[in-house]
Amino acid sequence: MSAPAPAVVVDSPQEFPRKPSPNETLLPFSRANLLRTVATGYVPLITATLVVFLPLLWMLLSSFKQPGEIVTMDLKILPESLNLENYATAMTTVPFAQFFANSLMVTVVGSSIKVILAILTGYALVFVRFPFKNVIFVLILVALMVPAQVSILPNYILIAGMGGKNTLWGIILPGLGTAFGTFLLRQHFLTLPPSILEAAEIDGAGHWRRLWQIIVPVSVPSIATVALVTVVSEWNDYIWPLIITDRPETMTLPVGLTLLQNSEGNGAGWGILMAGAVLVIVPILLVFAALQRYIVAGLTQGSVTG
Amino acid sequence: MTAPLIHNSSAPADRPATKPPVVPAIATKATPERRRWSGRGRKDFLVFLAMALPNLVLIGTFTYWPLINNIYYSTLDWTLGSASATVVGLQNYITFFTSEDASKVLGTTAIFTLVTVGGSMVLGLLVALALNSKVRGTTFARSAVFAPYVLSGVGVGLVWLFIFDPGYGVLSWVLRGLGQQSPQWINDPQLSLVMVMIVYVWKNLGYCAVVYLAGLQSLPRDVMEAAALDGANSVRRFFNISMPLLSPTTFFLLITTMLSSLQAFDLIRIMTPLGNGTSTLIYEAYLQAFGAYNRAGYSAAISVILFAILLIITVLQLRFVERKVHYS
Repeated sequence: MSAPAPAVVVDSPQEFPRKPSPNETLLPFSRANLLRTVATGYVPLITATLVVFLPLLWMLLSSFKQPGEIVTMDLKILPESLNLENYATAMTTVPFAQFFANSLMVTVVGSSIKVILAILTGYALVFVRFPFKNVIFVLILVALMVPAQVSILPNYILIAGMGGKNTLWGIILPGLGTAFGTFLLRQHFLTLPPSILEAAEIDGAGHWRRLWQIIVPVSVPSIATVALVTVVSEWNDYIWPLIITDRPETMTLPVGLTLLQNSEGNGAGWGILMAGAVLVIVPILLVFAALQRYIVAGLTQGSVTG
Repeated sequence: MTAPLIHNSSAPADRPATKPPVVPAIATKATPERRRWSGRGRKDFLVFLAMALPNLVLIGTFTYWPLINNIYYSTLDWTLGSASATVVGLQNYITFFTSEDASKVLGTTAIFTLVTVGGSMVLGLLVALALNSKVRGTTFARSAVFAPYVLSGVGVGLVWLFIFDPGYGVLSWVLRGLGQQSPQWINDPQLSLVMVMIVYVWKNLGYCAVVYLAGLQSLPRDVMEAAALDGANSVRRFFNISMPLLSPTTFFLLITTMLSSLQAFDLIRIMTPLGNGTSTLIYEAYLQAFGAYNRAGYSAAISVILFAILLIITVLQLRFVERKVHYS
C-alpha cells in the first residue's frame, strides 16, 4: 500500500525569487531585457506551437480546395471559397456517415463498459476483503504491459471463430478488459481517507450503496480521466478494427479512411482525403481542447514515481 | 510503485484526527475474526467475485490466453483460413533468423526505435525547457504541443502524406522555391523510413515534453538557487544539476517511448502500406498474417520475438523502479 506521491501539479509555473546574477542586473523593462525575454521565451514557444498547428491548419484549408487548386504548380494557401464539396464527395465515395455512426457506437459502448468494469474492479481490490488481492493486482499490472499488437492474430482467430468478423461486438469485445482503468482507479481509491466509509458502514449500507453513493461521487475527476483516455483510444483504435472488418457496413472511421485512401489515390483526391482526415481528427481535437487537463494527466500517469 | 499523476482533491492528511469517535465501534465489531469470515467474509468473497470477475475473465481471455496461443501457433506451418496445419517445431524461428528478412526487419526496427526515441526525447526536452520559461501563454502552448499525441494516427498520417507528396505537397513547393527537386519520399525505401520517422516524432514529442516539464517543475528550488548564487550560469546549471536530477524522468521516458516505438503501427500502415523500407517487427508480423501470404505460423513467431523484446525492456524498467523507490 504505497502512500500517494504528492501529485505534481503540472500547470503551476514556479516563480522563485532569484538573486539577480551579474548579467541580469537590467531594469525589468529595459530594451535588452525585453529582447531577451522574446528570444528565449516567446520565440521557442511560438515555434513549437506553429510546428504543431501548421500541418493541421493545412489539412483544414485543403479540405475546402477544389482539385484545380491542389493540382497546380503555384501554391495557393487559402481556398477560393469555403466549399463543402470535398466533404460531400467523401460521403458518397464511401459510406462515411455509416463509419461515423460505427465509430460513435464502438466508442460509447466500449468506453462505458470499460469505465464501469474499472470502477467495479478498482473498488473490489481496495474495499472488499478477498484472499488473493495482491496476486490479482500483479496480474493486472502485467496485463497493463502486454501490448495489444502481439495478440492480434490469436484474437482474430478466436473472434472470427465466434462469428464476430464484420460485427460491432467483434470490434468491441477483445478490448473490454481494462487493466489501465483498474490500475488508475485502484491507486486513486487507496488515497481516499477510510473515515468517509465509516459512517456508511455504521448505517449498514452494503458495498453497492457505498460504491455509488460515496466512492463514485468523490472520485469524479479520476473517473473522468479514465473515461476520457478510454474514449480517445477507442476512437483512434486502428489495428484491431482493420483486421476484424473488411466490409464497409461495420468499419470504423480510421478503417474507412483507409478505404477512401485506396479509392482516391493521388493528386486530385487530396482535398477529399483531407476532408476525411478532418472528420476523424476534429472530434477528438474538440474533446481534447475542452478537457485536456484530465487527458494529459491520465496519459502521463506513472511518470512521477515515488 | 508508480503513483499516478493525478490531482488528488482529497489528500489523506487528516487520517488519524478524524478517527477517534468511531474507532471503538469498529474495533469491537472487528474482533471476532473467525465469525466474521463465516458470515460477512463469505459475502465479501462473493461480492468481490461479482465485481471483479467480468473484468478479470476478459483480461484473461484477450490478453493472457493469446500469449500462450501465439507460442503454440508459432510452432505451426499454417496458412490463415486453412483447416489444416502441420507442427514444425522451431522451423518458423529458424526460417526467420536464417532468411534475409531477419537482418532487414531487425535493422529497420532498430533504426526506427533509436531515431524516434532519441528524436522525441531530445526535442521533447527542448520544448519542455521552452515551456518552463516565465512568459505568458505557456499553458496554451503545453496543450498545443501535446495535442498530436491524442490524434488518430490514420488522420495524421494522411495529412503528412499530403505534405510530403512529391508532386503537390507543401514540402515539394518549398523545395522548388529553393531550386531543389522533391525527393521521392514514397517510392524510395530509405526515404520512406525517414518520412515515417519524422511524422512519428512530430506526433509523440509532446508526450515527452509534458513529462519532462513535470520533472523540471519538481526540481528542488533551493539547489537551483544555491547554484545560481554560486555564479553557475544557466547552461552549467542545466547540465550539472537539472540533467542529473532529471535522470529518473529520462529513464522513465526512455522505457515508455521505446515500448511504444516498438509497437508503432498506424503511421506505417497508412503512409507505407507495403512496408517497403518501413517493415518493423510489428509490421512484418501484420503483413505476414494479413498481407498477401497469410502465413499465420510465421507471423506468430515474429510476434513472439517482439514480445520477448518488450518483456526484456519491461523487466529492466521494473527492476529500476524498485531501486528508484529505495533511492528516494
